[in-house]
Amino acid sequence: MWCPGCGNGIVLGAMLRAFEELEYELHNTVVVTGIGCWGKADDYLLTNALHTTHGRALAFATGIKAANPRLHVVVLMGDGDGITIGGNHFIHAARRNMDLTAIVVNNYNYGMTGGQCSGTTPADSYTSTTLYGNPERELDICRLAEVAGANYVARGTVYHGWELQQLIKEALNKKGFALVEAVSPCPTHFGSHNGMREPVEMLNHLKEKAVTMDAYRQLKEPERDGYFVIGKLAERDAPDFSTNYERMRGRIAGARKEGEPA
Amino acid sequence: MQREVKLVQGNQAIAEGAVYAGARYYAGYPITPSSEIAELCSVLMPQLGGVYMQMEDEIASIAAVIGASLAGVKSFTATSGPGFSLMQENLGLAVLGEVPCVIINVQRCGPSTGLATKPAQSDVMQARWGRHGDQAIIALSPATVKECFDLTVTAFNFAEKFRVPVVLLADEIVGHMRENFTYPAPGELQVVERKKPTVTPDRYKPFEPAEDGIAPLAAFGSQYVFHITSSMHGTDGYSNNDPGNAAWRVAQLHQKIDRYRSEIVLTKTFNAEDADVLLIAYGATTRAARAAALTARRGGIRAGVLQLLTIWPFPDEIVAVLGGQASTVVVPEMNFSGQVAGEVQRVLGPGADIRRVNRYNGQVITPQDILRAIQGR
Ligand SMILES: Cc1ncc(C[n+]2csc(CCOP(=O)(O)OP(=O)(O)O)c2C)c(N)n1
Ligand code: SF4
Repeated sequence: MWCPGCGNGIVLGAMLRAFEELEYELHNTVVVTGIGCWGKADDYLLTNALHTTHGRALAFATGIKAANPRLHVVVLMGDGDGITIGGNHFIHAARRNMDLTAIVVNNYNYGMTGGQCSGTTPADSYTSTTLYGNPERELDICRLAEVAGANYVARGTVYHGWELQQLIKEALNKKGFALVEAVSPCPTHFGSHNGMREPVEMLNHLKEKAVTMDAYRQLKEPERDGYFVIGKLAERDAPDFSTNYERMRGRIAGARKEGEPA
Repeated sequence: MQREVKLVQGNQAIAEGAVYAGARYYAGYPITPSSEIAELCSVLMPQLGGVYMQMEDEIASIAAVIGASLAGVKSFTATSGPGFSLMQENLGLAVLGEVPCVIINVQRCGPSTGLATKPAQSDVMQARWGRHGDQAIIALSPATVKECFDLTVTAFNFAEKFRVPVVLLADEIVGHMRENFTYPAPGELQVVERKKPTVTPDRYKPFEPAEDGIAPLAAFGSQYVFHITSSMHGTDGYSNNDPGNAAWRVAQLHQKIDRYRSEIVLTKTFNAEDADVLLIAYGATTRAARAAALTARRGGIRAGVLQLLTIWPFPDEIVAVLGGQASTVVVPEMNFSGQVAGEVQRVLGPGADIRRVNRYNGQVITPQDILRAIQGR
């Protein structure tokens, strides 16, 4: 299903190992996927799964979690799915602080439909719809999640597989909205348009450009270009939606009985 | 217990009907003329241990409703034309994924933002054909406050029994009208629960129809582990691109509704059995049709009314029988194109004398409008 050299399998492996370490069970885990190459991950899963429509996975997951807060609900989206067509749902799932773990694979383009640009395609880079270089700017998924109110925000890459697994584990353990952005190669499209046709070239790129916050801070302005920070980027412990809703229900005096109209 | 007569609004009856049917999850986005349903649900749901959520848009609303339903909770949303349009893609997921849920559309006058506070009956075809891909759907339409309540319960019953989304096509008139109404006591109306699997978890297939043609539906979080997908899938819920499988799936979605047509198609008649002039009406327009038929009878014309409570699947059989007996059929509806009149024409044939009474300016159809059409023969 996925091309040779695609990073999706590494993210999936990291997620499944995190599930195993946390002893998630198949029946109380629901993986909700959007549409795209990464969105097809559910085909490989034995947990409960809901494969949804393009951009809407978080909204479906919101209903599942609200109806049964005891479930582990994990949402898999591409960068096109999660923050381009689905940007509005992303903002509001984070704002509501739904107790969901979102794993967004950022390969800087729409892999499934042939490598068109997305909301995370870096300015000036090449895709099948920006052959003259992208005239638009890219969006920082992690900063968006942070300002929208997520309880946990982290970025990893598929070159740093073990670290990615630890970040996913932390995100799963966090109550409230947790986001892990996994930067990942799409050698078939983004790589081939941007001089990194061989999968190993993209991995080398991630190895070189992904740095810790400390290392990033030491870089001076012009040198910083193209570098990005990996690791945990934000954490807070605001109460999640279901906790707040339960509290509100507790405040309602004289709740009416079953079968009794208003 | 003494049941009180109350003055109840249509939208209120819809919210109360949903609660009566067991709905405990509502997700929606405010829009006139449906917002009273959301407001009431924001009060009722938390009182009953359920959840009300105001989503970021109608796309998210129906998505959340589908998610909650798959977690085992009866769920619904309410909207009007613009929001109904936004819901179409995910409504298609509910059809293919066979997810029970109810969508209330309190119709208003369009196109586009149109006359936001005025009534219309112009989403009949959107309900039937608004989504891409070939699919069947059930749509019901109330004309009174009591029918708002009863048909909402029926909508949930059909949704749960047949594993389908059901659309309630109300309109601004019934939604905002107030009438005397006595809430039924618990148990007075039938409430259907979805069929759960009984096989051992390792043998459960979420799309394997039982003998009755309907596949049992487990809930996420139960002992059953399963996949639901918007992609074409086999009985096991995993992607399946085989043409034979796809043909079976698409046909099955139609056939399960077809098989239960006689149970799903609900109509009422008023003096229709001997009618020479048959008025075929639905929703709020039924009220004007009944008044017009009575006046016509007093004037010596044998007029009667066939009210369509179920619009989809279309009640072909009874339209053919009663329409065939009448020499003239009149179809009043608040749209320009005669969305139901066209269906009546399809059933009765091109030679039938079918008179259309259409209003599409946000004003109601009056009995006089209909009488003029009757007398015009
Ligand atoms: C409503 C809608 N619009 C467009 C599409 C076509 N489409 C499928 S996947 C996709 C983009 C996927 O890109 P991304 O989310 O980044 O995931 P990737 O394939 O790169 O993993 C698009 C545009 C669709 N399925 N639905
Ligand atoms: S097109 Fe790109 S994202 Fe999709 S499977 Fe191939 S390499 Fe991966």
